[in-house]
Amino acid sequence: MSVIIILLCVSLAVAIFFLVAFIWSVKDGQYDDDYSPAHRMLFDDKTSKE
Amino acid sequence: MIKQAQEVSHQCAHCGEPCPPDEQFCCQGCQTVYELLNENGLCRYYEINNKPGVAQRQPVRQDKFAFLDDERTERQLLQFRDEKQAHVTFHIPHIHCSSCLWLLENLHRLDAGVQQTEVNFAEKDVRIIYGPNKTSLRKIAETLTSIGYEPYISLQDLKSRKPAPNRKLIYQLGVAGFCFANIMLLSFPEYFSGEGHMEGQMTVVFRYLNLLLSLPVFLYSAQAFYMPAWKGLKHGFLNIDLPIVLAIVTTFVRSVVDVLSGSGGGYFDSMTGIVMFMLIGRLLQDKTYRGLSFDRDYTAYFPIAVTVVKDGNEAPTQLPDVKTGDTLLIHHQELIPADGLLVKGSALIDYSFVTGESVPVRKQMGEIIYAGGRQLEGNMEILTIREVAQSYLTSLWNREELRRDNPGKPSFIHLLGQYFTWVVLFIAAATAVYWGIYDSAKIWPSVTAILIIACPCALLLAASFTNGHMLRILSRHKLYLRNAQAIERLAGVTHIVFDKTGTLTGKSSTTVSWHGRELTHAEVSAVAALTAHSQHPASRQVREFVGKPVVHTIDRFSEQTGQGLQGWVHQMHVQLGSAAYTGAREAVQPGASVVHVNINGDHAGYYLLEHAYRKGIPEMLGELQQHFGLTLLSGDQPGEAGNLRRMMGDKATLLFQQQAHDKLDRIVQLQEKGEKVLMIGDGLNDAGALRQSDAGISLTEDSNNFTPASDGILEASQLHRLPAFIRMSRINKRIILIAFLYSIVYNLTGLFFAVQGILSPLTAAILMPSSSISIILLTWGMSEYAGRKQLR
Repeated sequence: MSVIIILLCVSLAVAIFFLVAFIWSVKDGQYDDDYSPAHRMLFDDKTSKE
Repeated sequence: MIKQAQEVSHQCAHCGEPCPPDEQFCCQGCQTVYELLNENGLCRYYEINNKPGVAQRQPVRQDKFAFLDDERTERQLLQFRDEKQAHVTFHIPHIHCSSCLWLLENLHRLDAGVQQTEVNFAEKDVRIIYGPNKTSLRKIAETLTSIGYEPYISLQDLKSRKPAPNRKLIYQLGVAGFCFANIMLLSFPEYFSGEGHMEGQMTVVFRYLNLLLSLPVFLYSAQAFYMPAWKGLKHGFLNIDLPIVLAIVTTFVRSVVDVLSGSGGGYFDSMTGIVMFMLIGRLLQDKTYRGLSFDRDYTAYFPIAVTVVKDGNEAPTQLPDVKTGDTLLIHHQELIPADGLLVKGSALIDYSFVTGESVPVRKQMGEIIYAGGRQLEGNMEILTIREVAQSYLTSLWNREELRRDNPGKPSFIHLLGQYFTWVVLFIAAATAVYWGIYDSAKIWPSVTAILIIACPCALLLAASFTNGHMLRILSRHKLYLRNAQAIERLAGVTHIVFDKTGTLTGKSSTTVSWHGRELTHAEVSAVAALTAHSQHPASRQVREFVGKPVVHTIDRFSEQTGQGLQGWVHQMHVQLGSAAYTGAREAVQPGASVVHVNINGDHAGYYLLEHAYRKGIPEMLGELQQHFGLTLLSGDQPGEAGNLRRMMGDKATLLFQQQAHDKLDRIVQLQEKGEKVLMIGDGLNDAGALRQSDAGISLTEDSNNFTPASDGILEASQLHRLPAFIRMSRINKRIILIAFLYSIVYNLTGLFFAVQGILSPLTAAILMPSSSISIILLTWGMSEYAGRKQLR
């Protein structure tokens, strides 16, 4: 049965990883502006053509 | 004839406004921007969106941003600075599309000193990082202006930085969600295995893990409820958070005792679940409208600096440093920041900021000009007689009445919560006595179970979800309320006060009619071209009536202040203006605004400008007078009294020529009579009245505009929906009550088990989420239905 304990620890670790990722993304301001990043990625970089 | 004038399909390549057939641009400004972008290889701007620009007809004064060279101003605006880098954030109201985004983030190609720009679209802010030794703040502001993105810098920027968004609630919710899901998962084995099927050691491990996982919720997430409860307690007020805290603490303690004594698994899943649901509700209810501000004071309207003339030199000076006796140079279209005497130039002042009245006022040399007006006619000089902080406009904000906080009546939810708590405590006490007599071992399990199951969280959930959803429904119809309490205050209104200027009559909804002989197409477009050259409001109205200008070259254009304008268009001499100016014989309709037209010496006729009421206003007033007391507080002359009396009914109070403090006093009087007053206004002069009233709604033509501090912002085009909005706010309360009664059914079911002392964690774990979710669905469905029905 100890294998279940190991599994439990692994699953909790994964869950904590995602919780930390969520908190980081909020802190980073990723949900502050839902317009600019979505459009920014559509601009191509080589815009300096004359 | 008028149609022909509007048949201009050719559009400006920059801003998309109509322009003459053989030209690419509508004006010089647009062409300059285009050329600048073309030179720098930035024409992709025009590819991302079609004609994304904003018309540049109003040129910006050359040294407008000279004040940014001042080191102190610069230091106050910058967020960070060292030798290599400086950070600044500009607010740019023009940002509206992805082209703007692209262009602004390529700013470094126009100004090599700029290292990085980042647009925050939601706030319409641009964060710029630049090298202070390669460029300057002023240069950046001027570059932005030259491509049509003029930054808005106001006195408010000097005082305070925007507070960082408060994200604590989101973190608390994240933690609660994480813990709830995992506790739920770890509880399933025990629920489903039945008695004695799990290995003893395993059960213990699972239970202790649950205890561990519930700690962050108990200690961190639930803080959102501890704080208000503690604050309420300190003020001697029992709010709804108090019984909720009691329930959370009881549940936690009971669960810990169960786990430590090995007698059960505890109610950790119920506790974390309910905390999570309540946090979701609170988050929905606290949604704020970014980009809208409900707390603006005069500093948001005032510029940061103004030009002071001293010994013939012009020097930009920070507004707080302006002293009595300084001579200020006010440029065309600038706001007057301090009361002063006109000493040079001619003054035509638009006080619509202050009074909401759109007809500008002419001031003579030596007359007092009050702060808050906008100069419409060239440059002028004023001698300040009062400092900015003591000006008439500023003093409106500093009145004693407005300084004190107006806490208002506590929400009915708290009162309901109190009754609820007493009932629960009574049931708990009765149960304790009963078991004390028959089986004292059951006192602890039954009493704690009662407190767990009967927490008024269902009431809080019902309230926060309904309020949050109602705010959303109202915002869909362009009524943006400051917070959930505003809905309740709106529901309790018994008396409605209107400010006439600009509230009932729209700013642009003047009706214009033509009286005279039929004009040819050429003549109409000549009138349009002439009026396009003038900033006078009457010209603007006539221009809007005849259509966009078909640009002609105008020869020998001249405008005579307060009289009219004239010019030669296509060998046609056209005069527009007063009867005396154009040589018309009769003065038609005394009191009405009339623009006479004289073509080649012949009086062709006149345009009659009349006040028009906004769409649906007469019907709205008719409906409102049946349910509410109505008052009109107008700053105008009583010219429109007859019309207004007809629309508002005999019982309404109509008062004219009201100053800002009269309006405020009137509202205080009504409140002393026990009325709950809703004030609807727009100008800054209504700010006091808006604040004093039980619910203040400020009206705006466009939600990006500036509005005085208030409980809500309503777009003017939706004003006719006011009765429906008030009905909705009343329905809101009814929905909360229905959802609450419904939740009591769940509570009673739970109590049935609890009083017997046999409430198992499984029963609680089923009852809790099912009641929460069904309440959410119920309130959502009911408010959505009501919204569809009332606001179709």
